[in-house]
This record gives sequence, structure tokens and C-alpha cells, in this order.
Amino acid sequence: MSRVTVQTTKAEEVLAPELIEFISEWKTQPGNLIMVLHRVQEHYGYVPRKVAFAVADLLEIPLARIYGVLTFYNFFKLTKPGRNRIQVCMGTACYLRGGEDLVLELEGMLGVGLNTVTPDGEFSVEAVRCVGCCGLAPVMTINGTVYGKVELKDLPGILAQYKKAS
Amino acid sequence: MAYKQFILVCGGTACESNKGIELVAELKRAVEAVGLVNDVQVVRTGCLGFCEKGPIVKIIPEDTFYVEVKPEDATEIVNEHIVKGRMVERLLYDKSQSKQHVEVDEIDFYQKQFRIVLRNCGVIDPDKIEEYIARDGYAALEKVLFEMSPDQVIDELDKSGLRGRGGAGFPVSKKWAFAKVQQADQKYMVCNADEGDPGAYMDRSTLEGDPHSIIEAMTIAGYTIGANKGYVYIRAEYPLAIGRLELAISQAREYGLLGDNILGTDFSFDIEIRLGAGAFVCGEETALLASIEGKRGMPTPRPPFPAVKGLWGKPTVINNVETLANIPVIITKGSDWFSKIGTATSKGTKVFALTGKVKNSGLIEVPMGTTLREIIFNIGGGIRDGRQFKAAQTGGPSGGVIPPEFLDLPIDYENLAKIGSIMGSGGLIVMDETDCIVDVAKFYLDFTVEESCGKCAPCRIGGRSLYNLLGKITAGTATMDDIDTMQEIATAMQRASLCGLGQTAPNPVVSGLRYFRDEYEKHIIDKKCPSGKCKNLLSYSIDPVKCVGCTACARVCPVNAIAGERKKTHVIDPVACIKCGQCYEVCKFGAVIRG
Repeated sequence: MSRVTVQTTKAEEVLAPELIEFISEWKTQPGNLIMVLHRVQEHYGYVPRKVAFAVADLLEIPLARIYGVLTFYNFFKLTKPGRNRIQVCMGTACYLRGGEDLVLELEGMLGVGLNTVTPDGEFSVEAVRCVGCCGLAPVMTINGTVYGKVELKDLPGILAQYKKAS
Repeated sequence: MAYKQFILVCGGTACESNKGIELVAELKRAVEAVGLVNDVQVVRTGCLGFCEKGPIVKIIPEDTFYVEVKPEDATEIVNEHIVKGRMVERLLYDKSQSKQHVEVDEIDFYQKQFRIVLRNCGVIDPDKIEEYIARDGYAALEKVLFEMSPDQVIDELDKSGLRGRGGAGFPVSKKWAFAKVQQADQKYMVCNADEGDPGAYMDRSTLEGDPHSIIEAMTIAGYTIGANKGYVYIRAEYPLAIGRLELAISQAREYGLLGDNILGTDFSFDIEIRLGAGAFVCGEETALLASIEGKRGMPTPRPPFPAVKGLWGKPTVINNVETLANIPVIITKGSDWFSKIGTATSKGTKVFALTGKVKNSGLIEVPMGTTLREIIFNIGGGIRDGRQFKAAQTGGPSGGVIPPEFLDLPIDYENLAKIGSIMGSGGLIVMDETDCIVDVAKFYLDFTVEESCGKCAPCRIGGRSLYNLLGKITAGTATMDDIDTMQEIATAMQRASLCGLGQTAPNPVVSGLRYFRDEYEKHIIDKKCPSGKCKNLLSYSIDPVKCVGCTACARVCPVNAIAGERKKTHVIDPVACIKCGQCYEVCKFGAVIRG
């Protein structure tokens, strides 16, 4: 058996079929790596290590190139974010209007540090670059929903909407 | 079918995130309910700019401007305004003018503006190519393909005086001319839509509100320089803009405005989208190209410039979104018209994202040469909460702070450079007396340190050193010698860094030292932060004379650092105090002293 076949089987075990299809479509295009990693992250919410190996196999490039790119760009995540992903905007307008206080308060409320996940996997807090809603500063997003002009006293109510009904 | 009235709903990100999508659906439903679907059209447009008061609804032809509209207001707007012809007073922007006819042009926010780049934003439905075409869209492309040679296009741009809006303001015609004269089997046209400057969102709004203008301009560029392939490099964080651009590209292909043999000519051009992944350094041309090639976004020394050796080693022109959006208008209206707008060296308009401590945050477009005072006080409505103007910052992390003495300086490339700032992409952050110049410089340095690619030592080491020194100052452990050290590091970075990121990273510090040196000195010598921002330099205490023992401070204190019985003087434990300032905010008697 040729080496390629063995590796393809391996990738198939790890990757969803639609990802394999996407990668094979992009394989021949120049400069495909970042687009492929975007697709992978869209699927998993981050880039798991075994997936990075499979992508390296399929694209036939060194794993080091993949991690070189993953670690260079802020957008790519190597760890799994919380089920509810809180992103606090730290653009200049939000910073001036209290974005940092939101981060501190959220850290305190959830008992986590920045870029970490609560032990139950429910919430993660990130500080992100400008969301582009500066008129609504300070802004945070939870799972993509934008909350504008957030005050510290609003936080418990907002978080309650995302807590598991138990 | 001719509609009699149009209800325009802002579809910018800020408004859409405020239930704008539900609002559109509700308005459509309400119009249907009164049986006026053939007379009234509900249009979801691009950004109307007045983000502070979103979601915005504008009704034309009467030009009524409703602000902060909620989905549940839809029925009332339709039943009252559309059916009965009575304005919904409580939703009008300026309620005092409700008896009269309030036109959009009368609102201060719009009065001083002049829209070229944002001409279609908030006017057309960005998802419909027909609406762009109805507003002279693709007329410039047609004119270029059938009536102009590439040299004539370059000549027209040269006469217009258009300069790049993304950073240093390099003349567009020169860039195109360099690329045009290169002999190569393949050339590329790249649109930089990787808006990384925190506090700037004009490119996002342009792409969301008028994506076809970028496609048209890129195609004109392709024809001029001899490229048949274009890339839009766009931030992955802008899903709405990406979606609208993808749709616009497919529509343009259907109409024969992209693809093979455009409009039946022998010119072919197509555009592909490439996603950025969050790296500020990719605003640098060579780093951006590396990123499109799928690599780490590290800059390379110039020359060779991208116009000679760019993407995959081929001649490449890179223009940013705002620059490109000007081009179709210059072609259709002519360079004479365009060059009359602006100042002697800076032609046309500039879009600013006006944010920070200003009353009316939003996206504005003004002729070059408009003063900061007009922008902040006329358009922006002045400073919020009755506070004082302290400084403005343009150019984001690469720009400098501008003190009040320059409020009346006409804003153009040269004047901003003279006072130690840059035009940059157009973030315009307004600060008041509660903002600390040292703290803001530290904020920016934190950003540039994080975003430095690490390739060259001046930026990698210099930026970190500056950040550490700013940390010492805000912690109250710095000496005056540290200021000299900062200035030396700044000079080294400006002269020796490989790319624009490192060369401009010291600007917030340098301009701060130039105009607000006393504030730095107060931090270092007196160990005080006049704005009260630097927590390490703060202490809170209670004035026993003013304190009435209401217990408000003790109740709000999150760490129980305030002791005292009811109706007796309270005391703050300085060790337990975390300096959050909540007691200071809550005290109605001014008894909490911050110093």
C-alpha cells in the first residue's frame, strides 16, 4: 500500500466528510492554508490537534507550517471555547467607555481568567479587537449576539439568559 | 410598479445587532397588514452612520428620521405615519422640532457632511445590484472600457489628486502607473479590507452598504494595470460584510460585469475573497500579501515594492476599501469636480469613525480640510455628560493625540503629520478629562506589542520596553530618567523598524510627551493621575465633615472595605480597598475623596 492511502484513511477517521471535500477542493489553489483553517475552525469552534495533523496530511505540508499560521493569527483558537462564548470588545472606544471593567467583572462573576473556560465548559471570556459597533460602546458579544452600551449592573441579567436551566 | 414611499431601515452592524432584522420583518408585516405593499417599499440599507441612536429608520420622500426604533414600534410607524400621515413624535430624533417638518439635512449630524464614499450607504439595498446600477453604478466601468485607455484612467486619477486612504496617503495614480508599466504574464489587484485599527469601521460599513462600488473600482483597476485577477482580503470578523460581498460578486458575474469578456469586450477580470485572521500587521502591504499566500503575515523589506514584485512575485496593486470607493465617482463626475473638494494637497473627503466621549458616535464623511472643532462639536454634538474636551486621537495605534489648541486646524494629511499624528484609516477617538493620556498610550502599546510580528528587533524589543516603562509610570515607580529612555527608544523604533507598524507604534507616546508632558510628570513626580484612571496612583478616603452616615458607600463596596454605623462617619480601609470607585460614584454628598 502506498503511504498516501494510509494517510487518507487516517484523515477520514478524524475529519468530517464535508471538511475532506472542502480541503480537496482547495488543495490545488495557491495560498489555501488560511482558508482551510477557517473552515476547520468554523466546524469545531477551534482547531483540535489531531485535526491539525489530518490537515497537514491532506494538504501534504509540514505540521510546523500549520502551527506557524495558527499561532500567528489571533482568530485561530487551539483550545475549545465555552459553550457560551463571551467576547468583550477592547477596541479604543469600548476601552474608553469601560470595556476593561466588563472583563474584570465577568472574570469575577464566572471565576475564570481571560481566555479560559469555566470548569463546567459553559462559559469562556475573551477580549477581542474592535467589533465595529463603536457607537454602542462598550460592546460585548455572546455567541455572536451583540450587546451594546453594557453596564456592569446589566451583566447578571444577560448571563442568566445563557445559564442552563437546571 | 412605482412605489410612493420608501421605509429605509439601517442594516449596519450596530443597528442589526439591535434587533434591526426583526424590525425590517415587522415593518414589512405592518405594511402588508394595511394593504400597501404596492405603494410602500421597506428597504434594508447599508449604514446610515448615526450609530449612536440606532436602529435608524428613514422615510422618504418626506425625509423623516426616526431613531432607536424597536420592532414593536413598526405597527405604529406604519399606521400613523404611512396611513394617516402623522409623524410618530416620540421616535423623532429631535422631539422639539416635531411640530415642524424635520428633514434629515437639518440634523446637525448630517449638515456638515459630504458623502462620496458613503454615497449609497443608507440609500440603496446592498443586496440588489439593480439599485446600485440605478444610482449610476457600473457607469464608470462602462466609460473606462469603451472610452478610455489605461493611460487616460491614470491621468484622470492623477488630476483628481486621490491619495490612499489607508495610511500614508500615497497618490493612487502613481501606484497604478508603476504596476501598469511592469511586464509580466500575470498581475493582481488586491483590495485591503482587513480593517484592523481598533475604533475604525468605515470599510466594514462601505462593504456592507455598497459592495458593488468596490467590485466596480477593482475591475477598473484591473483594466488599467493589466490584471485579470483580484482578491479582496477581508477580516473574518466581518461576516455580514463578507456575505454581502459574496452576493454582490455573484450578481456582478451574472450581469457580465465580472468574469470573461466583461460587457462584451476582450477584457476579463474576476474577484476572489480571502479571509484575514486577525493580525494588525497585515495592514502593511507586504504582510497582507504573505497572508493571502497562506503564510504568517510578516512584512518584507521594500523595495521591491508590491507594484513590481507582489503577490506570488507578480506586480500587484493594493488599495483599501475607502480609496477604491472614490474611484467610480471620479470617473463619472470627472477629476475637475473631485479636485475642487478638499485642500491644496488632500483632495476629496475622508470618512471618520467618530467615537469615544462624543455625544453622537457614528460614521461621518467630511471634505478634507474640515476642522476637528466642526467634526467634534457640530457633527458630534460635543462631549458627553457635560465634560470638557481633552484630546482627540486619529490614526489609532499609529497616530498621536491632538490637544485642544489644534481644534481649528484643517484636517488633511500634511497638517496631521505636522502635529505628530497621521490620517490613518480614519478612527477618530475623542477623550475627555476622565481619560488619562498615559493610560491611553499604554493601551495602544499593549495593542502594538501584541500585534508586532516579531521579525525586526526595534519593534519587537522597543515596543515591549516602551510598554514596560509606561507600566512603571502608571504604577508610580518611574523616574524622570525613564522619559528620556522612552524618547530614545521611540526614535530608534521610528528610524529602524522594518515596517509601518513599528515605525508608528511610538506615536501615541511621542505625541503625549509633546503635548501632555505635565501629565506624565504628575504621574512620575507627584505620583498622581489627574484623571483618576490609574488605580495604583489613587486612594479613596471619606471626608468626616461631609459624611452623613447614609451607608450607601458601604452597601455598594464589593469587598466590604468601608466600615461605619448608620448616621455615623464611615471609614475606608485602604488595605482592603480595590479602588473600584463605586463609593465615589454613589455618594450623594461628595464625601468620598479621590486623590
